[in-house]
Amino acid sequence: MVRDVSFGQYFPGNSIIHKLDPRGKILMFIAYIVIIFCAFNYASLAITTAFIAFVLILTKIPFKFYLKSLKVIIFIVIFTSVLNLFYGAGEPLWQWWILKITWDGINRAVFVSVRITCLIIASSCLTFTTSPTELTDAIERLMKPLKAIHFPVHEVAMMMSLALRFIPTLLEETDKIMSAQKARGANTDSGNIIKRVKALVPILIPLFVSAFRRAYDIAMAMECRCYRGGAGRTRMKSIHMGARDTVSFIATALVIAGVIVCNIMIPAVV
Amino acid sequence: MSCILELKNLGFTYGKDTPFEKRAVNNVNLKINKGEFIGIIGHTGSGKSTLVQMLNGLIRPTDGQVLLDGRNIWEEPKKIRNVRFRVGMVFQYPEYQLFEETVYRDIAFGAVNKGLTGDELDKAVRKAAEFAGVKESHLEKSPFDLSGGEKRRAAIAGVIAMDPDVLVLDEPTAGLDPMGREILLSQIVNYHKMRGNTVILVSHTMEDIARVADKIIVMNKSELVAFEETKSVFARGDMLSKIGLQVPQITNIMQDLKQKGFDVPDGVLTVDEALSVLTPMLKKEGA
Repeated sequence: MVRDVSFGQYFPGNSIIHKLDPRGKILMFIAYIVIIFCAFNYASLAITTAFIAFVLILTKIPFKFYLKSLKVIIFIVIFTSVLNLFYGAGEPLWQWWILKITWDGINRAVFVSVRITCLIIASSCLTFTTSPTELTDAIERLMKPLKAIHFPVHEVAMMMSLALRFIPTLLEETDKIMSAQKARGANTDSGNIIKRVKALVPILIPLFVSAFRRAYDIAMAMECRCYRGGAGRTRMKSIHMGARDTVSFIATALVIAGVIVCNIMIPAVV
Repeated sequence: MSCILELKNLGFTYGKDTPFEKRAVNNVNLKINKGEFIGIIGHTGSGKSTLVQMLNGLIRPTDGQVLLDGRNIWEEPKKIRNVRFRVGMVFQYPEYQLFEETVYRDIAFGAVNKGLTGDELDKAVRKAAEFAGVKESHLEKSPFDLSGGEKRRAAIAGVIAMDPDVLVLDEPTAGLDPMGREILLSQIVNYHKMRGNTVILVSHTMEDIARVADKIIVMNKSELVAFEETKSVFARGDMLSKIGLQVPQITNIMQDLKQKGFDVPDGVLTVDEALSVLTPMLKKEGA
């Protein structure tokens, strides 16, 4: 099934993390990504990992969904850590032909895999707890200053929310078309690579056709409801910062401070 | 008559062993004979679609078996494609599956997959087009230039071209105008008569089912409620209305007349039939 992908999905809920202001969540997410890549020793890496683990628990979303989202990138994690493992400098601990493992390589491998894992968990924490509409709303608000340089902020945000809205619809459509072509004997899961790519044509063409049809329909429906761009448009749900947002900012600030202090006090390992 | 499809304790659960587990079809047992015209009725979400998708192996049952000519279709999962050629399936709104450059090539898609070539292929395509009412002049057009109803005919022809022993149609008349439904339905009936194979029709329109089906499968809340002759199913109007389905309007009227004391037979299914019963009665009354 195509639908078995949980990365980027939204799980409605009532946790503290769900209730946070989406703008704050996006800003903290960006700050967090920067800080993971600024963690240069094990103490600061531990702080960032502990922080995201704490957030993960607060979201109250079953752990297995996070595991599922990690499944998508597990190959990249293994690949990059193996590469890093053999590319370290210094005294070799073990050597065979041109392959050598050093303490430096081990450190690099650990850092790379922990960083990518934290990155994915953090983005899952964001998308699992924030609905697509909230996300695009927040992005629109955050990008507002760009209007000064004539960047079409509202249009971009609207395009994003429409695109997000159509992901489940198109997945469902793909499923249907695949069944219909399979019923006519289409062979999608055997044969060599060229055959498999060719087998995609009967699925992709109807999918594109229906995507265009839906795009026309939605444009028409929006026009019927007098949509005319962002000028003068008000919101049904306006977002406000509250006490819990302040607390979350302070927590993030503390983590950043902790990482910086650790970086200064303890020598870097990578 | 020999049995072509047999369902044994057939069941299917969506999302087994997850919190989203849902039983879609529960313990269905029935036998369909060669050459029968079967109607399937039931509410949205009653398990009709899941049931028919198990007949050609698009969905693998979680319990029980589907026997085609006495053999379990999942005996050799690698050869499931052969089952799909023998049990043709037309989905709801099949016009959205068209993709080829010409209508001709789209109709040929299934037949080519089956392994037909040359004259045999050409014959299969032209015959299927004729059965489904696709005009000769449309064959070389792009399928995307046809009207909605014409697209649907082309899509149905694409399944017929595989020459299946069992043809399953899921709501083939949905979204067509009354004239279009009428024509399509009589074409299906005609196809069934000429080829003499088994046809299974899923529909929400009781009038359609009453007109064409020999036997009816009634599904309700994942369970098989009835599998009987059309007349005896529609004679049980109260059973149907209990699960929120209706009998054809004309059957209803005839039942009301009977309750009012008129001497009319049970199980009148079509307007024509009612006409032939009522006209002599009216004449007698007038005399």
